Amino acid sequence: MIDPSSASAPTFRPLATPGIVLRGARLVHEGLPLFDGLDFALAAGRCTCLLGPSGVGKSTLLRLIAGLAVGASGAAEGDDGRPLSGRIALMAQQDLLLPWLSALDNALLGYRLRHEVAPRTEAVALLARLGLGAASHLRPAALSGGMRQRVALARTLMENRPVVLMDEPFSGLDAITRLRLQTLAAEELRGCTVMLVTHDPLEALRLGHRIFVMTGRPAGLSDPIEPPGAPPRDAADPGLLRLQGELLKRLAAEAA
Amino acid sequence: MNARLARLMTLPVLLVAWQFAAWAAGGHSYILPGPVLVADAWLAHWDTILRQAGITFLEIGIGLLLGAALGTASALGMAASPGLRRLMLPLLVASQAIPVFALAPILVLWLGYGLASKITMAVIIIYFPVSAAFLDGLRRTDPGWLELARTMNARPATMLLRLRLPAALPALASGLRVATAVAPIGAVIGEWVGSSAGLGYMMLQANARMQIPLMFAALLTLAVFAVALYLAADAALRRLVPWQVETLPSDA
Repeated sequence: MIDPSSASAPTFRPLATPGIVLRGARLVHEGLPLFDGLDFALAAGRCTCLLGPSGVGKSTLLRLIAGLAVGASGAAEGDDGRPLSGRIALMAQQDLLLPWLSALDNALLGYRLRHEVAPRTEAVALLARLGLGAASHLRPAALSGGMRQRVALARTLMENRPVVLMDEPFSGLDAITRLRLQTLAAEELRGCTVMLVTHDPLEALRLGHRIFVMTGRPAGLSDPIEPPGAPPRDAADPGLLRLQGELLKRLAAEAA
Repeated sequence: MNARLARLMTLPVLLVAWQFAAWAAGGHSYILPGPVLVADAWLAHWDTILRQAGITFLEIGIGLLLGAALGTASALGMAASPGLRRLMLPLLVASQAIPVFALAPILVLWLGYGLASKITMAVIIIYFPVSAAFLDGLRRTDPGWLELARTMNARPATMLLRLRLPAALPALASGLRVATAVAPIGAVIGEWVGSSAGLGYMMLQANARMQIPLMFAALLTLAVFAVALYLAADAALRRLVPWQVETLPSDA
């Protein structure tokens, strides 16, 4: 079966973008179920945010979808019925840059690890677009935290995968850098199926087409929240700030 | 007083202290000869000393190369294969549990009085710190990197060579530093137990003939070489891992 929309897809964008379905996810951690019988779905080509307090199992759920969770049951698969291996790119809270490689070589890490010909021209152009044009030959130690996380974003984008899983990718950054990177990421990841795990309600509201709040033990998911307008949304928008207030209240009530 | 001056002062201070110690020992050159006597002995026998030193340095050098190569290769092998790890780890520990002094006579018996037994001794001494430190480094790769590599569909062999190996280079460098520091021990022990050449042999002969200043001259030559070897290795290893950040306060 050929998807007619894939023929006209832009050149540097994955062709078929699947949604993701996860059914009956179960993970027991030290005798207590972190979640049990959890269903979760990521809409194709959309950004789904998972919001919740620390330790509730957000990251574990993300790792389960990435195929990295040990001892978990419940496999995630594409809504096209095919497995996800090879279709996922991962971006973590730590930049995970290799200290012995330049920013450019770090951005091309996937190609190095697969012994593929590296698309250097594209990587150079991408780094320039992310504001790292002058820094592409530098090693991570010479870069600021924000620059390092932008290199990590470049590495994620260079993988050219239809599904991108992000685990608190901006939480180590200062407020201004974080806002800037959120905007950049939202623009660069348009059209990908994105899962963003965060504990920052504003971040979820800026970037998510759909937001789930994850709470409790075993954890459950709230009904989806769908803020109006297309991401990246303006952080100063009054409607967004009111929603942020509501979300904060909800998270605080859970924590009490 | 600045640090550079302090470093320059170390040697003269040591020499003066040595001279005073020699006087305090009663001025008997057969107990502790002073630096002047030792320098005299060195100048009188410099050609012999350097010839014997050449042999010892050759033993150390070859031992270091072989030991480092063996240690590196077996650490990589153990990191790649759990079976090999189970097989070799006890062997590795055993190689250190038996004192090299106890092995020396056997090695001389098997390999003769020449270079081979000394080089083997040096290799045995060098092998352990190199393989142990490197294997430790290979095991401690950031799990985040490995997970990232898995989502990037990297093969295990590639992960070992392009992730674990470079990540373990600082640990390997530590092992090699220790190895260069202990390498002379192996060679000199070998020479003591049975040899017909080398600085260890020379010291033994000089000692037996009560040529104590000559013995000290040979010892000094060995010490200078050992320190120079260590400094050279340290500088080279720093170049090998330029991304390694040093967090001790700078002494420059």
